[in-house]
Amino acid sequence: MTALTPAAAAAQIQQHFGVAPVVAGGGLGVTLPRERWQEFARFAKNALECRYFNWLTAVDWKEQGLEILARLDNVEAPMAVTMRTRLEPGATHCPTVTGVFRGADWMERECYDMFGVVFDGHPDLRRILLGQDWEGHPLRKDYAVDTPQAPYR
Amino acid sequence: MEVKPPLPQVPPPVWGEFKDLQEWEKYHQERPTDDKTSEALTSIADAIQHFPGGWIVTTSTEKIFNWARKSSIWPVTFGLACCAIEMMATFASRFDVERFGMVPWASPRHSDLMIVSGTVTIKMAPMLKRIYDQMPDPKWVVSMGSCANSGGPFRHGYHVVKGVDRVVPVDVYVPGCPPTPDSLMYGLLKLQEQVAHFQQTGTRPAPAEPA
Repeated sequence: MTALTPAAAAAQIQQHFGVAPVVAGGGLGVTLPRERWQEFARFAKNALECRYFNWLTAVDWKEQGLEILARLDNVEAPMAVTMRTRLEPGATHCPTVTGVFRGADWMERECYDMFGVVFDGHPDLRRILLGQDWEGHPLRKDYAVDTPQAPYR
Repeated sequence: MEVKPPLPQVPPPVWGEFKDLQEWEKYHQERPTDDKTSEALTSIADAIQHFPGGWIVTTSTEKIFNWARKSSIWPVTFGLACCAIEMMATFASRFDVERFGMVPWASPRHSDLMIVSGTVTIKMAPMLKRIYDQMPDPKWVVSMGSCANSGGPFRHGYHVVKGVDRVVPVDVYVPGCPPTPDSLMYGLLKLQEQVAHFQQTGTRPAPAEPA
């Protein structure tokens, strides 16, 4: 079996999802609608053999809404897929990929902790780094760093 | 070439070598300032009385207790961040604060001192407070490094306590990022000075006026 090339993977993505990935070296950037987030993760794992869930994070674009990013690595071929999706302004709900990658569990918890993204279907969506009684999500742009956290501030 | 004879080795004088108390006091008033041999006695010298018929040392329990406390401060083994590396170096053989009677002790219940060595996060602050509460009185706190003093470079972070004095009372602040072992030792010696003046009522001496 020959290793999948980034160009071939891009063609497959174009065929199945109708979006043209940005190819840079071995990296593919795919921007997806939120509804196909989970489906794409499964596709990348099975068809593109990106079995290693590298990281998941978010970007706060202020009034343009939140963007969720995740990177999936193919450890047998020099290829990685960065999947990203944009939430509408004010929206915080995103489908979970824990059903596809077990490793996404804690990363989605961290994303929830820092950005307040609610991953629908996550088995145990609690804060992971900050205390359970923390108020707010500190990596949001509208979070004031001087927000008092009683009793130590 | 001139060969110098070796300097005579003078042992520190003992009590019996003095004719009377006045001579003993005179010796200690005139002794060179770098003589460390009898510093401990100097610290309680003003409480020594000469009674007719014998040598009697009277002192207040407070003074003798504080002298003992000062000479055996045990810091609890408690490191928070990179400052703890410098703290460990201070305890190790090169700097060796054990000569001041300081032994890092792995139980807060036997310790007198907590060196807050590093960044205190809001999540860590309750545990720090718990360790402080587990220590028996009298107890002291040294805030080591910029982070513990004020939050330091992380002061504007969302998760950092802006100075450990918002959690526990602090006796000595050691600046630096991180403070060198020398700085920490200087802070610990300053703490010893404080402890020597500590009153059982809990009051601490006012900071000395700069000369």
